[in-house]
Amino acid sequence: MALEVVIKQFEPIKIDVDLSCQESDVLAIVGPSGSGKTTLLRCIAGLHKPKNGVISFAGKYWFDGKKRIHLLPQQRQIGFVFQDFALFPHLTVLDNIQLAMPVSNKARAHQLLARVHLTGLENRKPETLSGGQKQRVALARALSIDPQILLLDEPFSAVDQVTRRKLRLEMLQLTRQLAVPIILVTHDLDEACLLANKMIVLHKGVALQSGKPQEILKKPANATVARLVDVKNLFHGTVIKYDGMSFLQWEAETLRLPENQFKPGTRVNWCIRSADILLHSRIRPSGGVKENPLTVTIKELMLVGGVFNLMVSLSSSQVLLYMDLPPHVVERNHLKIGETINISIPERAIHLMPMTITDLAGG
Amino acid sequence: MDWSAFFLSLLLSLVTVMILLVLGLLIARLMAWKRFLGKGVMEALITLPLVLPPTVLGYFFLRFLGRESMVGDWFESWFHEPLVFSFTGLVLASVIYSLPFAVQPMLRSFESIPQSIREAAWCCGLSYWQTFLRIELPLALKGVLTGCVLSFAHTMGEFGIVLMVGGNIPGETRTISIALFDKVQTFDENAADSMAFFMLLFSLGLLILINLIGDRHFQRLK
Repeated sequence: MALEVVIKQFEPIKIDVDLSCQESDVLAIVGPSGSGKTTLLRCIAGLHKPKNGVISFAGKYWFDGKKRIHLLPQQRQIGFVFQDFALFPHLTVLDNIQLAMPVSNKARAHQLLARVHLTGLENRKPETLSGGQKQRVALARALSIDPQILLLDEPFSAVDQVTRRKLRLEMLQLTRQLAVPIILVTHDLDEACLLANKMIVLHKGVALQSGKPQEILKKPANATVARLVDVKNLFHGTVIKYDGMSFLQWEAETLRLPENQFKPGTRVNWCIRSADILLHSRIRPSGGVKENPLTVTIKELMLVGGVFNLMVSLSSSQVLLYMDLPPHVVERNHLKIGETINISIPERAIHLMPMTITDLAGG
Repeated sequence: MDWSAFFLSLLLSLVTVMILLVLGLLIARLMAWKRFLGKGVMEALITLPLVLPPTVLGYFFLRFLGRESMVGDWFESWFHEPLVFSFTGLVLASVIYSLPFAVQPMLRSFESIPQSIREAAWCCGLSYWQTFLRIELPLALKGVLTGCVLSFAHTMGEFGIVLMVGGNIPGETRTISIALFDKVQTFDENAADSMAFFMLLFSLGLLILINLIGDRHFQRLK
């Protein structure tokens, strides 16, 4: 029971996507605002008719541009959670859910409400609910039609951070129970990593990369993807070979590289995740001392979400690097702004990317 | 009190409102959500009777739908009665004259329904007709009722266009406003007084009743 989507259109918004989503898959579509995420979701739901392409589910065509097939949203049996929830304001919570059922079934509506932890709010009107409660009603309503696929359009964007964290966990548990393809549109990478097992990075309507979320975050296909998935440590460098080994000439530093396909002299983009940069312990020597050691100065030290974000500058060239450290490491090593520390760039954590024409033109 | 004129006005208003209810809903929904060529022109044309003097509108009506005109001639040959100086002609003129009063409030209330709510209804499996009846209409009801009340009241009180298009035929085109004007012209102050006060009380009572019904209904919706 797979959903297959191939869309090619240039107007009104460019969409060039080829994706498939299997039963029990949670596919996250990420990208900046205006990248076409919501339009893609609307195409799948039948709310937007693409210019060309094919959308099929379980072998049945929902849309075929050439054969002029276009099933209406009513014919696709889709659960859709809208960004603004789109609850029916004149109906109670229970009626909002019952309305979507082919045959009105109060007992089942109560079951669904219990499933999203909303028992007791059956007779409330949407305007009296909090953002989190509205989101839960929207989810229960989407589930009430026994959807063949579930589409979530930035479902947590309209709730506060504490509620969001709670809802995400509930959603995670729910997605594990549902045996239908789920597509989640989000611009929040943490959300994508937590909930999805597949991810597509969309930019200006084009799918730039697809794969497992962690894989994409660690190994973006190019610098554009790296920027889109918020890789902070993104630099240029030149691959050199010496004594049969591969190195990266970066600013005034030379970093040892793992084996790679790039020829000596090739200009490349490279990146490393903030969490992969190692700090040399000030208390006792560690094994990392020999792995691409660098001396840096701490410029900023910020505690964000239980992790310290460090902004450090290379002593040799003032280029900035970002690294994440757990609070206990920062405290034990007495790290402070302005201090000089030694760090390592593990060669296995370095990811090289080919330079595009735009990158080369920009230097 | 000219009861015949009063009941004629009442009948004219009711028929006009019934036609405008259907026409207003169609136009308001079309203009609220569809984008089409000439939408701006259509909106201007619908609003035109608001700013155009009723006599001007009546004049054009006579000019293009009168017995000498092509449409008037065609109508008379088919239905064996003239379009002007008849109740049918009066209804047609009232529909055009009161169109903005019906369409504008309906349009505003349909426009205020977010597109995502209609789309959510479609995704819930509701057909377009079911979406209209169960989602759009209840949400736009206040505007629809306002449109009906305004066009009813407007038709009850119209004068200039009735005089131009309908003349003053008792039982056919003599509405309450025309009858009142007639009484004033003939210096029958007593009759004019009773008609004017009756209309004042009738209109006030109607509005209070509608407000009460509306309040109760919308309290229940909340």
